[in-house]
This record gives sequence, C-alpha cells and structure tokens, in this order.
Amino acid sequence: MDSFTFVQFEYMLKGVGWTLILSAISFVLGSVGGFGVMLARVSQIAAVRFVTSFFIQVIQGIPLLVLLFIVYFGVGIFGLSVPPLVAASIALMIYVSAFLGEIWRGSVQSVEKTQWEASECLGFTRWQSLRLVIIPQAIKLSLPSTVGFLVQVIKSTSLASVVGFVELTRAGQIINNSLFQPFLVFALVGVLYFFLCYPLSMWSRAMERRLNVGNR
Amino acid sequence: MSAIVEVRDIHKRFGENEVLKGVSFEIRKGEVVAIIGQSGSGKSTALRCINHLETINNGSIKVCGHEIGSPRIDLRQLRQDVGIVFQSYNLFPHLTVRQNIMLALRHVKKMARTACEERAERVLRMVGLWEKADNYPEQLSGGQQQRVAIARSLAMEPQVMLFDEVTSALDPQLTGEVLRVIEDLASRGMTMILVTHEMAFARRVADKVIYMYQGLVWETGGPEILDNPQTQELRDFVGTGL
Repeated sequence: MDSFTFVQFEYMLKGVGWTLILSAISFVLGSVGGFGVMLARVSQIAAVRFVTSFFIQVIQGIPLLVLLFIVYFGVGIFGLSVPPLVAASIALMIYVSAFLGEIWRGSVQSVEKTQWEASECLGFTRWQSLRLVIIPQAIKLSLPSTVGFLVQVIKSTSLASVVGFVELTRAGQIINNSLFQPFLVFALVGVLYFFLCYPLSMWSRAMERRLNVGNR
Repeated sequence: MSAIVEVRDIHKRFGENEVLKGVSFEIRKGEVVAIIGQSGSGKSTALRCINHLETINNGSIKVCGHEIGSPRIDLRQLRQDVGIVFQSYNLFPHLTVRQNIMLALRHVKKMARTACEERAERVLRMVGLWEKADNYPEQLSGGQQQRVAIARSLAMEPQVMLFDEVTSALDPQLTGEVLRVIEDLASRGMTMILVTHEMAFARRVADKVIYMYQGLVWETGGPEILDNPQTQELRDFVGTGL
C-alpha cells in the first residue's frame, strides 16, 4: 500500500487552487447577480419585487447539493454536456446571487429613510440617490456579513465534488481511494479549509467590531 | 408683488387621522414666514406638502409656478426651486462637508467641477464654515452640521427655502449660531418659511406669522399678533412659551 507522500500533498494543494478558483468565480458572478437581485428587491414596481422574492424563496428552500444536480443533469436533458466546473459555477452563482441579494437588500434598507428624503429634496433621481448616497453607506454596513458569507461559499464549493469537479474535497477522496487512510487524509483536508476560512472570519469579525464602535 | 407660494384649502389625512383640515396661506417673494403651533398642529406636515414630501388629499398648492398634485409636475425641478432643511440635518455621513455640497451641483445641476468648488466655497463662507470643508459631518457639532445643511440647500440657489424645526435638536448655545445664519439669509432677501418653536426669533425675523391649531390656520398676521393675540388659543400658546 502506498503511503502519504509529498506527491499526494501536492495533489491536494492543487485541489486548494481549484477550490479558490471556483469560490472566486461563484463569488464574482454571484455578486453581479446579487446586485441585480438587490436592485429588484428595492424596486418601486411591486411585480418585480414579488418575482424576485419568489426566486429567493425557491433558491433558499433548495439544498445547494440538489441545485448542483439540477444544473449538472438538467442541462444534459437539452442535449448539452457541460464540464463540471461550468455546472458548479452556474449552480453556485445562482445560490450566491440569492443570498448576497438578500444581505445587500437588508443593508440598503437599513440606511436611514431620511437619507432618501434628503437626496430626493436635492433633486436626485431615485437611481442617483441609490448610487451616490444609499449604496456607499450600505456597502460599509454590509461588509462584515458579505465576507462572512464568502466563508460559506468557500466551504460550499466542496459540494462540487459530487459532479466530479476535482477541488480540495474531491482531491481528498481520490487520494483516499488509493491510500485507505481516511482519517489522515480528511483531517488534512479539514485543516486546509480551515486555513482558507479562518483569516476571512477574523477579518469579518474585526470589521463588525469597528462598525459597532462607529455606531456607538 | 405676486405670491410665490399659494396654498389653497389643503387637506391631509394619515389613515383616519386628518392632520390638515383645509389650510390656506400665501407667501410673497422675499417674505419670511414663521409657522408656529403646538406639536401635532400640522405645521410640519403643511411645510412638507409644499415640496411634495407629503402628498395632499385635497386642495391645491402652487409653488414657483409648479402646480403640486398635477400629474405632469416636474418633481426634480420643483426640488431645485424649493430647498428644505430638516431638524435632523440629514447630511451624507460618507462625504466631507465640501462633497456634501458639491454632490447635487455635480449630478443634478450638472455644473463643472471648478464651478462647483467655487460655489461650495461661497456658501460655506456664508455660513462661516469654510475651514471645515474637508471634515466629515460626524466631526462637527450639531449646530455646525445644521449650518452645513443650510449651505447645501443654499448652494442649489432655490427660490424658496423651507426650514423644518431646524433648531429643535440643538441646545440653546448652538441654536443661536444657526438662527444667525437664517437671519443673515433673511436680510439678503431670501424667501423663507420656517416651522419653529423660537418665539423670540419669529418675532424678530418674520414678516408674517401663521399660527396653526388642530390642522387649521387659526390666526395669521404680522409678528405683532404674538404680542396681541386675537384668539384664546394663541394667547394660551404664547403664554406657555414665556
């Protein structure tokens, strides 16, 4: 039986790389989608708010794992076969859009109503008020929870292993299949995830503390 | 001279509660008008109706040629003609004093940057806060923040300025510095409507005093009505103020 060597560890680090790439893609695409979701949720048109709210309810009510299967196998029904990375990116993007959209909507709505009033009274359009006055303040409020959510995203990418995308978790599975040392392998996988997530969690907490100091 | 603000028989309900029960008044160009009355008399609501922050249920308001309530009203133009200053200042906390003033000049008036800068300097000097141009609102006292809010509104060169209890959140010492700025504006001929609790100030600065009581204009006239009220309600109100 083989033993754990640098070759296996190198393979794992490659997995870390793919985990980071998938996280980054999901987060960037999800941010774009989430911004749209946020805008739709604060829209003055009731139908737009309603439809978006329904979308969010649906996505939040489906396990990400199931969403991944739907995208990966669902696209197959149309005769298209998509690479695991693409399927995982699409599923995660949808998931991130819904959650980030809600986080950001909360931040936009927690900016004081009087700020809207003041900008309205200076003659700004609704979009200008949002862009120049409300969003800059909302960003500051949303940063801790946004970074906190990024940690969730990194951990959630491990689910992409089920559609055969070789990120950190899948790399661990593959190594274990040849070594049969699950405790060692997955403990190491866990440690690597921890090193990715811990600094972000700390950063998020530090920002939260600073924000609370500012509000005192 | 013709009226620049004409309020005709306006009614405003919040649900079951009728806050304005047929309010009418007129304001001519260059006049300084003080609206006084107990809390809940509808004076702030009446003021907010003038620039369409509240919509009226009945009646009509004409401001600087804008027919409020008309479906074709250009709200953005109305807001540029009518400035308002709030009790809670409502400065933009993420921008410096100078940026607070320049933002609407840039994006609403579409003025060139240098022109914005010049105008920001002019209005800040007018309220005596030029040296605070690069400070953030949270670094200023309440009185200073309110003066910046006045400067911000003034920079848009409105034809009428509305002041909604602008000194109510300030302690007496800071109230003075804000009132001096308003008085200075009055002497420059700015048309102003002030909802205020400062009786002495109203008496000194206002050309016209409107006393509101339970959603109606109860008594109106020159500042002398404060010394010689015709109605029992105003007598009581002025009496408690002393």
